[in-house]
Amino acid sequence: MSDAAAETLESGPRRRRVRKGVRRGVPLPLLLPALLGLAFLLLPLVALLVRAPWSTLPDQLTSTEVWQALRLSLLCATAATAASLVIGVPLAWLLARTDFPGRGFVRALVTLPLVLPPVVGGVALLLALGRNGIVGQWLDSWFGITLPFTTTGVIVAETFVAMPFLVISVEGTLRAADPRYEEAATTLGASRFTAFRRVTLPLIAPGIAAGAVLAWARALGEFGATITFAGNFPGRTQTMPLAVYLALQNNPEAAIALSLVLLAVSITVLAALRERWVSPA
Amino acid sequence: MTRSARRTRRTLQAAGVGAAALLALSACSSGSHSDSTKSDSSASTSSSPKLSGTITVFAAASLQESFSTLGKEFEKQHPGTKVTFSFGGSDSLAAGITGGAPADVFAAASPKTMAIVTDKGDGVGTPATFVRNQLEIATLPGNPDKVASLKDLTKSSLKVVLCDKTVPCGAAAQKALDAGKLKLTPVSYEQDVKSALNKVVLKEADAAVVYRTDVKAAGGKVEGVDFPESADAINDYPITLLKDAPNAAGAKAFVALVQSAEGQKVLTEAGFLKP
Amino acid sequence: MTNTPPAAADGARPPQGLPAPDNESSTGGAGGNPIPAEGRVPPTHPHAHPPTGLDAHLIVDLKTFHLDVTLKAAPGDVVALLGPNGAGKTTALRTLAGLTPLTAGHLHLDGTPLHRTPPESRPVGVVFQDYLLFPHLTALDNVAFGPRCHGATKKEARAQATTWLTRMGLAIHTTTKPRHLSGGQAQRVALARALATNPRLLLLDEPLAALDARTRLDIRTQLRHHLAEFEAVAVLVTHDPLDAMVLADRLVVIEDGRVVQEGTPRDIARHPRTDYIAQLVGLNLYKGQADGHTVTLDAGPEIATAETLSGEAFVAFPPSAVTLHRTRPTGTSARNLWHCEVAGLETHGDQIRADLTGELPLAADLTTVAAAELDLHPGASVWATVKATQTHAYPA
Repeated sequence: MSDAAAETLESGPRRRRVRKGVRRGVPLPLLLPALLGLAFLLLPLVALLVRAPWSTLPDQLTSTEVWQALRLSLLCATAATAASLVIGVPLAWLLARTDFPGRGFVRALVTLPLVLPPVVGGVALLLALGRNGIVGQWLDSWFGITLPFTTTGVIVAETFVAMPFLVISVEGTLRAADPRYEEAATTLGASRFTAFRRVTLPLIAPGIAAGAVLAWARALGEFGATITFAGNFPGRTQTMPLAVYLALQNNPEAAIALSLVLLAVSITVLAALRERWVSPA
Repeated sequence: MTRSARRTRRTLQAAGVGAAALLALSACSSGSHSDSTKSDSSASTSSSPKLSGTITVFAAASLQESFSTLGKEFEKQHPGTKVTFSFGGSDSLAAGITGGAPADVFAAASPKTMAIVTDKGDGVGTPATFVRNQLEIATLPGNPDKVASLKDLTKSSLKVVLCDKTVPCGAAAQKALDAGKLKLTPVSYEQDVKSALNKVVLKEADAAVVYRTDVKAAGGKVEGVDFPESADAINDYPITLLKDAPNAAGAKAFVALVQSAEGQKVLTEAGFLKP
Repeated sequence: MTNTPPAAADGARPPQGLPAPDNESSTGGAGGNPIPAEGRVPPTHPHAHPPTGLDAHLIVDLKTFHLDVTLKAAPGDVVALLGPNGAGKTTALRTLAGLTPLTAGHLHLDGTPLHRTPPESRPVGVVFQDYLLFPHLTALDNVAFGPRCHGATKKEARAQATTWLTRMGLAIHTTTKPRHLSGGQAQRVALARALATNPRLLLLDEPLAALDARTRLDIRTQLRHHLAEFEAVAVLVTHDPLDAMVLADRLVVIEDGRVVQEGTPRDIARHPRTDYIAQLVGLNLYKGQADGHTVTLDAGPEIATAETLSGEAFVAFPPSAVTLHRTRPTGTSARNLWHCEVAGLETHGDQIRADLTGELPLAADLTTVAAAELDLHPGASVWATVKATQTHAYPA
């Protein structure tokens, strides 16, 4: 998945060449499942659009809570992506470029949040970082920091769930990248960190971008871990997915309207980012 | 409600039914169909019918402990029957039923959610209120913050969680607060009563406004505090047979058990009030 | 690039089936017999000038491969590590650069021990086989990278880089990204980049291998020129004898992780000590016991020689010294006569090279006309003669 995403962020000219090749004819055994796959992914979105309460949509979207939730969602997803970059890229480097006992096991652990039901992830975060958690109690008593029920808590929960996407994507890119560039840099006097910063990082930028987009998208849609760890309070911890879920309880129309907003915003952002990253390469 | 909006709701309900329907279908496939048709013919007339087959009960999550007990009791009384439950939020259960999930009995946590089903004509007769549930304050074990009233919760030093206003326990809590003319800003509006309770169980919150039954079910992990305003926010639990019940006779017998003295005993032990 | 255990030599013709000379005894041990370079103070010398140049004993133990190579060179020397693929040349180079750790041994450069020094702190410049120019940087910034890492400001580094690129004749390509450079240009940028840090040891890994035949000739000449100007030690790795002989003052031949021979190109070309080198320089090579004008090979046959020797000895003669006959020649003055069978024929320049097996396996060169007249074909039975005066015997 991450590889595919990395592929789409490849340099522009190469993409175009590939597309030209496609026109020569796609084998049917590939084309049919591909179209089926596309339809399968798009159909629910189409249904959402078809059944949207268009006539009442403007009324549904006037409440400040909607925009509050949207703003919070974007803020937290972006912050979670930033946090993932800061700690996830070095982690990916460690996994791809160093050899230590039990590395395979650590790699498996890193992907754990991917298979963990998000709600379980939320409970685990509470047990670790909650007011009474094994680390959280010290945060509370030493620094007076409590994470649950705060916006920071939302970011923590989203980072927990989204970072594995980034790590996996970046690690894959790092493994594919030629480590000898780093060696070349060290023979020129660069420390390993300088080599990473000035050579490796620019080389794997497309992979990092792809991973960041994945992580951002995942964070934006995060529900289970967020509501479990950070709770639900409008303006502070109520992100769009939470608002959608609660609206679903007694006002499905509002839920659809909110979903549409979330959908539109994410598509706009993702498309804009893709344009931006594709062109200068 | 406009026509298109109604259609929208229907679609959404149909989508929500997926998991519940799967559960119910797998239960049905265990050979209950041939059995139920046989028993159906005699059930309507006989006073002591020979019951068999699977009875599928959709029940509010708060009923999980007591209904599970009653289900076992029912299977003991009527050998050859099997009671399958689908516990969940009353809203999503109602959506499942109106979406066509093959259920025999629906027990909701509020008349409002029951109305979703009866408005569609999916129920049989008028739903009966079989228990009532009252709110209680759940505090940390030993009540370290000395919470004695609903007003105590408005102290800013306390971290209180409420259910979201869109779910029954949240609506009830709001009613109680209104009755006491109190204003309470919680740290979170939880998506359901169990989440609210869990925040106290995990000691993340100091108190939560939940149902008495939830406090009971949590055992010693929380301590319950009664408050007078809860009398203004008592929740009725209605139960009904469903029109498309695959096992109507079994359903009827199960509802009868719930309303019997024996059933009421189990329910009150769980913290419910008699209707 | 990691070294794999010695495998089939690339493109090199298979060994000619000679009795394998014993490498170990031929070099006098793995420690090697350092050839004194002029003007160099031996590093073991207790006083006088501080030792300069390279003094290395490289030992690397990998699971499947063992490297044990001694290298010494004075400033200004250009040493070529020559050897078949998988011989350990690149591993040796990597240990010099610090990219592969030494298992044992030592590494001194201008008297400073370096074997514990990380690569970024070694005064070593490397030109990698496929150059490894940073694709995201311009030619100028590639060259400026080293000076920047050594503390120069951006401006200073770029000024230095410009000087280097100008010296390499690349002044107009400063803003070009590596992917738009030709092979030869990229090679020169790589050289400039390595030299821009003013290394005391310049390492070049197959510096011409990535070039096509035409540019290769050109770049080889230029590289020779640049290496001649370089005042410190240069070590280059190659499997191409021509590159080695043109570029280097001294060759160190490595096979199976050990030095099998070292000396000047001329020396090595005339006195090969292993099949591999003999093949490289195009000689038939045999080893045996000399007694007067005769060397008796370990496998049996005798070779008459012009030199008088005794004890272990090598005999070498070029394929062109061999004359072939379809019938046993009579009245020939050649003292060496062997009955052989044609194993294979191939074009070699404007000549035909016959690969012979039989009494004595050897390679023979003859003209196309002669080959046709003799009706040579694989399996044909031939008599080979070699004049004693055309052989060259030397002590092993």
